[in-house]
Amino acid sequence: MLVRATGVPRLRGDLRLRAYWLLLVAGMRTQSAYPLATFAGLVANATFGLLKTAILFAVVEAAGGGIAGYTAGTMSAYIWLSQGLLGSVNLYGRSDMTERVRTGDVATDFLRPVNVQAANILPAIGKGLFAFVPRGLPSIVIGVLVVGMTMPATPGPYVLGTVSMVLGIVLSHSVVYLVAVSGFWLVETRGFVGLYMAVGGLFAGLFTPFHLFPDWLQVIGRATPFPSMMMFPIDVLTARVTGFAALQVVGVQLAWLAGALAVGHLMTRAGQRKLEVQGG
Amino acid sequence: MVSAYRAVLASRVRAQRSYRTSFALDLVGAFLMGLAELAEVYILYTAVQGIGGFTFAQILLVFGLADLTFSLADIVFGHVDNLPEYVRTGKLDVYFLRPQPVLAQLVTSDISLRRLARAGVGAGALTVGLVLNDIAWGPATVALLALALVSGVATFSALFVTAAGLQFFLVNGAEMTNAFVYGGRYAATQPASVWPRAVTVVFGFVFPMAFTAYLPVTALLGLPGAPWLPSWLGWCAPLAALWSWALALACWRWGIRHYRGAGG
Amino acid sequence: MSSIIETRDLTREFTVRDRLRRRTVTAVDGLSLRVAAGESVGYIGANGAGKSTTIKMIVGILVPTSGEATTCGLRPVRDRRVLARRVGVVFGQRSQLWWDLPVRESFEILAAIHALRPAEARARAAELAETLELGEFLATPVRQLSLGQRMRAEIAAALLHRPELLILDEPTIGLDVLSKQRLREFLIAERREHGTTLLLTTHDMGDIERLCDRVLVVDRGRLAYDGTLDGLAATVGARRVLVVDLVEPTADLVGLPGTEHLRSKVGGLRQHLVLDGSTTLAAVLAAVAEHAELRDLSIEEPDIEDVVRRIYAASR
Repeated sequence: MLVRATGVPRLRGDLRLRAYWLLLVAGMRTQSAYPLATFAGLVANATFGLLKTAILFAVVEAAGGGIAGYTAGTMSAYIWLSQGLLGSVNLYGRSDMTERVRTGDVATDFLRPVNVQAANILPAIGKGLFAFVPRGLPSIVIGVLVVGMTMPATPGPYVLGTVSMVLGIVLSHSVVYLVAVSGFWLVETRGFVGLYMAVGGLFAGLFTPFHLFPDWLQVIGRATPFPSMMMFPIDVLTARVTGFAALQVVGVQLAWLAGALAVGHLMTRAGQRKLEVQGG
Repeated sequence: MVSAYRAVLASRVRAQRSYRTSFALDLVGAFLMGLAELAEVYILYTAVQGIGGFTFAQILLVFGLADLTFSLADIVFGHVDNLPEYVRTGKLDVYFLRPQPVLAQLVTSDISLRRLARAGVGAGALTVGLVLNDIAWGPATVALLALALVSGVATFSALFVTAAGLQFFLVNGAEMTNAFVYGGRYAATQPASVWPRAVTVVFGFVFPMAFTAYLPVTALLGLPGAPWLPSWLGWCAPLAALWSWALALACWRWGIRHYRGAGG
Repeated sequence: MSSIIETRDLTREFTVRDRLRRRTVTAVDGLSLRVAAGESVGYIGANGAGKSTTIKMIVGILVPTSGEATTCGLRPVRDRRVLARRVGVVFGQRSQLWWDLPVRESFEILAAIHALRPAEARARAAELAETLELGEFLATPVRQLSLGQRMRAEIAAALLHRPELLILDEPTIGLDVLSKQRLREFLIAERREHGTTLLLTTHDMGDIERLCDRVLVVDRGRLAYDGTLDGLAATVGARRVLVVDLVEPTADLVGLPGTEHLRSKVGGLRQHLVLDGSTTLAAVLAAVAEHAELRDLSIEEPDIEDVVRRIYAASR
């Protein structure tokens, strides 16, 4: 397959923006097309949430009512917010792009006059953002009703927390994209996907809050983008970090996002060249 | 049928190993997943002095037993949980055209060797747990352990079949069965003493996860059980396995009847 | 002759859910048909007419909503496993072979599944490999086969246990002319040698013409026609048309034996003659040659969709 970037017509700026917007919306629409799947995800989320609650409440209790700055109420907030974000943040390491690269379908993506990286990340983000409505909010409601949770009383954390949450969602899909395009050079990316899941889940705070980790593990964790995907946004949203520290968290997220996008851009270009030279 | 199964398995093994690097990476990925979960257990149980009456050394036994038996079941039965894919590609229809039970064909159609790595983590944790804990070794403890291992594998295998049976009704919502398959695995690694009553009903009895690791370990170490779950129930792990299989086969039959359109 | 397939008032409904409304769709509607042992029957109809649903009930995958089917004297759903030993089925779009395995190993596994004795299985596999010309790719993994090769392997797989009834669902779909030809020749020979009963669904009129003594047309789950192909052609006027290109403009070729003049184009340079089958093509061509010099010729097969459409129109 011979693909030449120069041969692809360029779209006008406003048309291009519209194309990207439509891609984002298309992601949302695919997600909304499977209400049963969404509900199924919610059931699984809630079950895991209850089990997390059981064990982590026991931890708080064993520590005498508070551990690493968590009370039962803020621990519950961590549990149910993280459960709620699971449908939106990609901690599984797999995306449609993984399959497209593996099968070589991605070659046709390069023929379209849009940025391949954006065109693949945007629908995933759209899906993730949409999932927050039928999967995220109900998870939080279950947490509030069944367990109860302590949330901040001022609007500040919610505003900055929302920004941070969206950044976390976008960041996760941008890094998963990197895993997917590594398939240009690897026959199988399943191993990478497994690595992403294992390390990502641990450091994003999937089962255990990051702040309970021993110091040396926290140092390692902070050297990865994973806490910025879920753990840190929850910290901002629950006012565990506030003020300048919260802004700092968002700054770190932005830095990781910029890095992931830049590396993704370079890998996309290199991958395209590899397709041109070797024919996929 | 046995020789047919051997031929299919041999081919699956060959196919999985033929991409050497990717198989090795698969193993590493699965191993890391197991390790990450073990790390989380370590973090929690060393952050405080014991949870639900269990120290880290003691929970290692629960985690090891649960993870090992789940992984062994996963190697042989894991793909069954992917039923919608078999329906979509028409593989399931093909099984109807052959003179064997459909479930037997489904189970024997694949095997996942990379989960061996995961089983390795479980076996390692179990071994370390057995060494660290003060166990009064004797015929009874060995029998209890053996019983727990066999019953645990059977119980988790039944869980996969139950999931497949229900997925006939949930073709687009297959993720729902993750609640009790993977939720069940997670529950099995916990001390049941931390559960609220509702969870005890679901994962103590309906899907008897407490019988796969927690109860046998309390019986093994002479620890007190949990409310509704006295430690002597650890000896009843085979009953839990039987019940799980009864449930699994009922769900499977129900699902198959639905698929063929005979009601249900 | 004893019947190998018999259905009585066979009906199958499906519940379809669009959005929140539930609708009942009748895929097969009171179908009664009988296929005698040794017959070769084409089962045709538009997409969604109920062909696949009928087959799934005949082989025991689906349970009828009402009515009943008897296959090889057995009740398909109840006796599925016994029946499986006596029926071979090929669904054109789904494979019964093992994707990663060489064809030969798929056959070995299938032989074990059908509990054939190794010696017997080897002999049968060798026979099928010979007649279906599988030799060159017996050692090739199925995923690397061309469509035509795969279909031949599929049919061999379905015939390995010597079923008395062979059911083929769209066996020639997507095949090139040569592959189709080979497959048809094989099926004719197989039937001649083993007396296998054949039930065939297809969109290809050539399959029906070459392979089937009898045609069943199904329309919205009901039987719209049951009879010979000639009878079908006579009913709806779907016949083969000979198109001749002549060197010089010629008057309409009316009254040639075994033909009926349909139309002429380009002032008689191209003429369409309907063949009624009462004489050989050679005789027709000789008759044409008496009137004009032949530059080129082609034969237009009746389009099965067209035949079905006409049947539908007539039956409504």
